[in-house]
Formats: sequence, C-alpha cells, structure tokens
Amino acid sequence: MDRIDVSRIKADFPILEQRVHGKRLVYLDSAATSQKPLAVLDAMDHYYRECNANVHRGVYTIAERATQQFEAARAKVARFVHAREAAEIIYVRNATEAVNLVAYSWARANLREGDPIVLTHMEHHANVVPWQMLAAERGVELRWLPLTDDYRLDLSGLDTLLDGAKLLAVSAMSNVLGTINEIRPLADAAHAAGAHVLVDACQAVPHLAVDVQEWDADFVAFSAHKMCGPTGIGALWARRELLDAMPPFMGGGEMINQVTLEGFVPNEVPWKFEAGTPAIAEAIGFGAAVDYLSDLGMDAVRAHERELTGYALERLGTTFGERLRIYGPLDVNVRGGAISFLFEGIHAHDISQVVDEEAICVRAGHHCAKPLMKVLGVPATTRASFYVYNDEADVDALVAALERAERFFAF
Amino acid sequence: MPGLEDLYREIILDHYRAPRNRGELPVPPAHKVEGFNPLCGDEVVLYLEVDGDTVTDLKISGQGCSISQASTSMMSAAVKGKPVTEARRLIRAFKALMSIHESKLEGEGDGEDLSADLEGVRLGDLEALQGVVKFPVRIKCATLAWNTLQQGLDEFEAGTAPGA
Repeated sequence: MDRIDVSRIKADFPILEQRVHGKRLVYLDSAATSQKPLAVLDAMDHYYRECNANVHRGVYTIAERATQQFEAARAKVARFVHAREAAEIIYVRNATEAVNLVAYSWARANLREGDPIVLTHMEHHANVVPWQMLAAERGVELRWLPLTDDYRLDLSGLDTLLDGAKLLAVSAMSNVLGTINEIRPLADAAHAAGAHVLVDACQAVPHLAVDVQEWDADFVAFSAHKMCGPTGIGALWARRELLDAMPPFMGGGEMINQVTLEGFVPNEVPWKFEAGTPAIAEAIGFGAAVDYLSDLGMDAVRAHERELTGYALERLGTTFGERLRIYGPLDVNVRGGAISFLFEGIHAHDISQVVDEEAICVRAGHHCAKPLMKVLGVPATTRASFYVYNDEADVDALVAALERAERFFAF
Repeated sequence: MPGLEDLYREIILDHYRAPRNRGELPVPPAHKVEGFNPLCGDEVVLYLEVDGDTVTDLKISGQGCSISQASTSMMSAAVKGKPVTEARRLIRAFKALMSIHESKLEGEGDGEDLSADLEGVRLGDLEALQGVVKFPVRIKCATLAWNTLQQGLDEFEAGTAPGA
C-alpha cells in the first residue's frame, strides 16, 4: 500500500493555491464538500469541449462518445463499491435524492400504516426527513436507536427496536461525530427480523473502502461531491431484484420503454429511475473522481486519515485539555476524520469566525443533524474534517487559530 | 480587509458576557415569542409586556453566538420602557443599518429609502453592531432579536398573543 504523499496531492487541487486574508487556505470542511482535483475538472471540461451531446439518443459519433463515457462512469462507480453489476447504480442528484427515491419508490409500495422504520439519533436530515414525511403521510412508525456515552450506537435494545420493523436506515459514518458503524452485523440483525437495510454512505464511501456486498445492505446512498467529484450527482446502489420490482420515481423521457396515449411502459434498470436528460458532465466527473481515489487506494486514504485524525485529537487534547470538548469517539479505529468540538462557553459560530481570519475553513452549526444536537445538548458545534489533501501543518494551523479564538473570547 | 475588531467591538463582547434583562415574565400578562436562526442554531426568547402603547417590561433568554446574544441584550436595553411606536422605529432603523452598508459595499445606488429609516433615530450602543455588515453571513445573527421583537409586537397587536 503506497502512503499518501500530501505535498504531491495538494498540487492536484488548484483551489488550495489560494490565499485568503493573505494566508494559505487551509480547508478543513471536506465533510461538507470536498475539493476537486484537476483530473475531475479536466474530465468535465473535456466532455463539454469535445463530446457534448445528449446521451442514449443520437447515433452520431459524439453522441456515441458521450453515452460511452456516461455509462463507463457508471461502471466505475459500480466497481468502486463492489456492486454486482453497473445496472445496480442509479445516478441521482445526491445522497438526499437517493434516500427520497427509496422512500417514494420502494417504501410507498411496500410499507403500510404502523410499519416500523428504525433510524438512529446520529442520522443526517437526509436520512430522517424523508421518513418523517412518510410517517406523516402513511402512518409508518419511526423508532430511534440511541447513542452510548462514547458517541457510538447503543445496540443493547436493537432486537426490540427491530421487532416487526420493515426498514433499518443507518449512517455508515457520522458527519458530526465521525463514528463508524459496522454495517454487516446491523444488516444481519435487520434481515433476521425481516427488515431491509438502507445505508447513508455519504461520509463512508469517500473515506474508506466500501463493499456493498460485504455489507449485505439493500440500499446504499452516496454523493459525488464529498468524494472529489462535482456537485449535482450521486448514486443509489440497490439490489437488482429490488430495483426491478420498484415502481419508477420520476416520470418523463429516458425512463420509458414505450409511451402511447394510453400509458407507458418503464425502461429497464437503471434507466427506469433516471428521467430526463441527466447531469452528463457531472457523471463523467464522478467517474474521474473514482479513478483519482482508486489510484490513491482507499486503504491508503483510510490509513492517512486515521493517522492525521489521531494527530489532531492528540494536539487538541494536550493543548486545551478539558476546556475543549470533543463530541465523538477518541479511538481512531472507530471513527473517521470529522471532529466536532466546542470550547466551554464559546459559541461555534464565534470560533469559526476567528479561525476564518487565519484562512482556515471549518464548519459551525447543526450540520444537518438537529436531532443529534438535541441529544448532545448543544445548539451547534464547530467541526473540522480532514481528507487526502490535509496534513499535519493544517492541524497545527487549526490548533494555533483555536488558541487565538480562546484568548479572544476569554471571560 | 475587515478584521475581527470590526465585528467584535468591546461593547458587543460586554453585552455577550453580561447580557442585560435576562429572565422571564409571567405569561400572561406578558407575551412570549421565540426566534430561531436555522443556519446555526441561534435562539432568542423574548418576554414582552405591553401596557397601552408602551413596552413596560421586557426580558430575554436564549442561546447562541456572541453577535446574536449581544444584539438581543442591546435591543432589550434600547426598547424597554419605550413606546411601541419608538420600538418599531428602532427595528426599522437597525435593519436599515444592516442594509444600507450592504448596498454601499455592493456599489448600488443610493440607500435613500433606508436613510429615512435612520433619520432622527438615536441608536446609541447599537451602532457598535455596524461592523456586522462586513460579515454578511452574520447579519442574520444580529437581526434575529429584532425580527423576533417585531413578530412579538405584531402578534400582540393582532390580539393573537396569549396574554392579550
């Protein structure tokens, strides 16, 4: 396994050459969105310059090229997560759309009033609100898997919660806590109880090797923009047999096989779920992002982040001690690179403001996880998150800026 | 390049550390109104007591960033004991303070309509919050208290207030 050489990687990301407030840009918000390497930008630009044409329709040369690149990207994404076939990858706008697709297409066809869905307290709104909408509309029952004091899932009551449940919807890696959830045991328990499993893999796919077959999940959602790809494209992986049985999500062109005045026959999977002209350039960019990460190797990516996160936790701990509270596990083996924290008595917003003076980008807020904030007992946290282009110098810069923030607001 | 001193004037930090008028009032006769900033979790809770046409008492609570809480404290000091009409003028003036500078920064024409809102209004301590406009993302933090106050006054006047 080749180690990540961050100095070489930084050169791949043109935005990192920027200076803000006269200082080197330090980007620590990859959990919100990742930066894009030149290879991804070039791939999208190349498509528009050389072979821009609508896909699946034309027989002329550039239309063929566009279609070939579009579908090749799908195959790349499929291989990246170990799908059984490319047709199991549905292009969507983002992970949020993927979850909504499952809620509209699968859940509405299969769930009845009173059917339980099990969620967790650490879920992102994308994996909460669609189910709340379904509960309001259809009367499904929402149950919640709580957290331990160590910010991991409390599985002690899992079997009770899964009793009679039809779906377990769970995050593979928390965007707030960093917690990594072992999916396979959860899937086994859910399947044994007769429930399907949907995984929010938005933070997982960019940061560690994911094998959807190993997970034995039924639906997996992730977005391109968090894994070095462009915004506006993501994927829903789902088992072929489920996709074949599900009614279409959106109706229109592309997703049909036949349309008459009387009605329509949907297209086969995956196109059944891809209505209208897709985000072609973005899909190609998605494929280029997969290539970029594959070249680095996801094991190397994970190893780099584990080490860097460990360094960050250690520096934060020794510099601030009890004055800085970290919301998430401290064991790097069970967590990814998103670190949420607060100073005693200083609001997340204010911390981020001071840190921005040093050209450091961290996120302050509820991180689209308001139920989790309530459980943690805080209105907001500050979050720093790492990716392949971050190194120890970035961590050191963050710590120095936090020292400044603490002094600024000292009572 | 705007610096932190523009945003965090000493008087703002003072109000943040020692907010005025914190507490609650019995509802009724007071009216309780809550405001949220969904972007970052700032929360403002106001207890308004309006007798006739005067804001006779006002208490604040809530949690959030220094800008939102300082603005709430400064608002409470400015509005308590004042006629409702004066309170409403202050609301308009404060929002104009936030907006005028914004349009000046963007090089847009004259903020004449907004200037009218500021004319003759003594903002006093509130002027310290002028620096917020250089940090557009924080404007909502500063205006939260004022929007909440406006909502409270509107509700009270419409008679929908529980205390009415």
